[in-house]
Amino acid sequence: MKSVVSLNKACLKFGQRTLWEDLDLEIRPGEFFAVLGPNGSGKTSFLKVLLGLQKLHSGQASLGGRPVERGSSLIGYIPQQKSFPQDTPMRARDLVALGVDGHRWGVRLSAGKTNRSVDQLLELVGASDYAKVPVGQLSGGEQQRLRVAQALATDPQVLLCDEPLLSLDLHHQQAVSALISKQSREHNSAVVFVTHEINPIIEYVDRILYLAGGRFRVGTPEEVMTTEVLSDLYGSHVEVIHANGRIIVVGLPDATTHHHAAADALAGEVA
Amino acid sequence: MDADSILGAIFNFENYGELLVLVQNSIWAGAILGLLGGLVGTFVMKRDLAFAVHGISELSFAGAAFALLVGADVVFGSLIGSVAAALLLGLMGVRARDKNSTIGVIMPFGLGLGILFLSLYQGRAANKFGLLTGQIVSVDTVQLQALAGTAVVVMLVLLAIWRPLNFASVDPELAEARGVPVRTLALVFMVLLGVSVALSIQVVGALLVLALLITPAAAALRVTSSPVAAVVLSVVFAVTATVGGILLALGGRIPISPYVTTLSFLIYVVCRVISSVRAARGINGRVLTASRQP
Repeated sequence: MKSVVSLNKACLKFGQRTLWEDLDLEIRPGEFFAVLGPNGSGKTSFLKVLLGLQKLHSGQASLGGRPVERGSSLIGYIPQQKSFPQDTPMRARDLVALGVDGHRWGVRLSAGKTNRSVDQLLELVGASDYAKVPVGQLSGGEQQRLRVAQALATDPQVLLCDEPLLSLDLHHQQAVSALISKQSREHNSAVVFVTHEINPIIEYVDRILYLAGGRFRVGTPEEVMTTEVLSDLYGSHVEVIHANGRIIVVGLPDATTHHHAAADALAGEVA
Repeated sequence: MDADSILGAIFNFENYGELLVLVQNSIWAGAILGLLGGLVGTFVMKRDLAFAVHGISELSFAGAAFALLVGADVVFGSLIGSVAAALLLGLMGVRARDKNSTIGVIMPFGLGLGILFLSLYQGRAANKFGLLTGQIVSVDTVQLQALAGTAVVVMLVLLAIWRPLNFASVDPELAEARGVPVRTLALVFMVLLGVSVALSIQVVGALLVLALLITPAAAALRVTSSPVAAVVLSVVFAVTATVGGILLALGGRIPISPYVTTLSFLIYVVCRVISSVRAARGINGRVLTASRQP
């Protein structure tokens, strides 16, 4: 099948620092593609390249066979979970409506059509009950469901997710990742899922791009999440333990990921 | 001055019918500015620019004072001052949140300049005072036409960019990803805001512009989160405050700004009370599962 996202010899540099180079990648429709790596490894920049917000240093990135461009309607984007201030003058349904026609010029002249799509999207993510609640008064998990609805508004061929599960509790992590996976299965959308924690989505992931130390590895979870591969990427010994269908990484070198490693280990115990 | 004469100075409805005919222009001007203030105000709130409005109005005051000093058109002077200030803030990438100190620096500077120009000015003292507290009662037909024309242009541009501006205001990150020109819109809005401030200054004066551009929208957002209802209420509140203020001010001897600001403030207080009653009762539009069961 033809790939919907493709990178050719892609290289991203900030000044002297190379985040990744010589990245060749094809993502197929319906594929659930996870991007992992420590903080500062260029995960979010990877998404920004696909969104057309970040220029490559060299190489090409294309979406649906055409060079990436800002505001492409092929893309649905779920940004990092970041709570809205409590007095944000917007209800749940208005947030979703932004995804439907918020980018168009002028004022909304016929509300009927927009309202119907908003109702459908709210139903789809199970948010109908709080459609009229101001977004600032919703929990992080509820807000993130709305983000999913917003991103699905254009029935995107590629769903770009930037740490969508961050700071959600386990229940909402499962609900939100199930929604995203459902879109990928039922509408054959490719999902590019940036995360530092693979366990909440481990059952859905087809392939992984693991970025670390200016290098990367692409492959299935079984191929990439191994002691050998990660030790090689990090340049120091990292222990990968598979237990109960979960993956626990122990001994990550930099301080910020130690925390995640501990969280992983903890989550592993709970599961 | 006893209490009766103070009251007489504030409220006086003798010969009201005749006065009303005389100030027709002012009432129209008030209504136009109310409409404009209500519309622009909702975006001022959404973009968190309340403090910026204050900074712009001080520089607008300086511009008007300079025009008065050199004998140029005062409205034009205030327009130059406020658009310059608005562009300056816009170019510095103003999200009021991080840039409040910049505005705090510009504001006293503008006010100081204005006072300097006014003290150099040798003409009528009423002209000076009018810049700070408003002078709508003397609007002639030519001025009204210019005001209406400018206001219509501002409103048309605002309507043309309404949806993307709203997107960029409440959800900038996603708007940018969806291809909305967030930065350009911010600059365009700052210009619109600058023009609106300059126009409003004629009614309520530089010190009280907030009563027109912020209070009505802030009051509306207290009682509703629906975007359409917020705009409608904001406009209704602003027009009520300006037109009502002018009607009340007719007979008295004081400028109209205290009437406008007081009406505006009372509306805000009522809305706040309504919102806290609702919050205390836990009404926020959520459909509770219990109440849905048969």
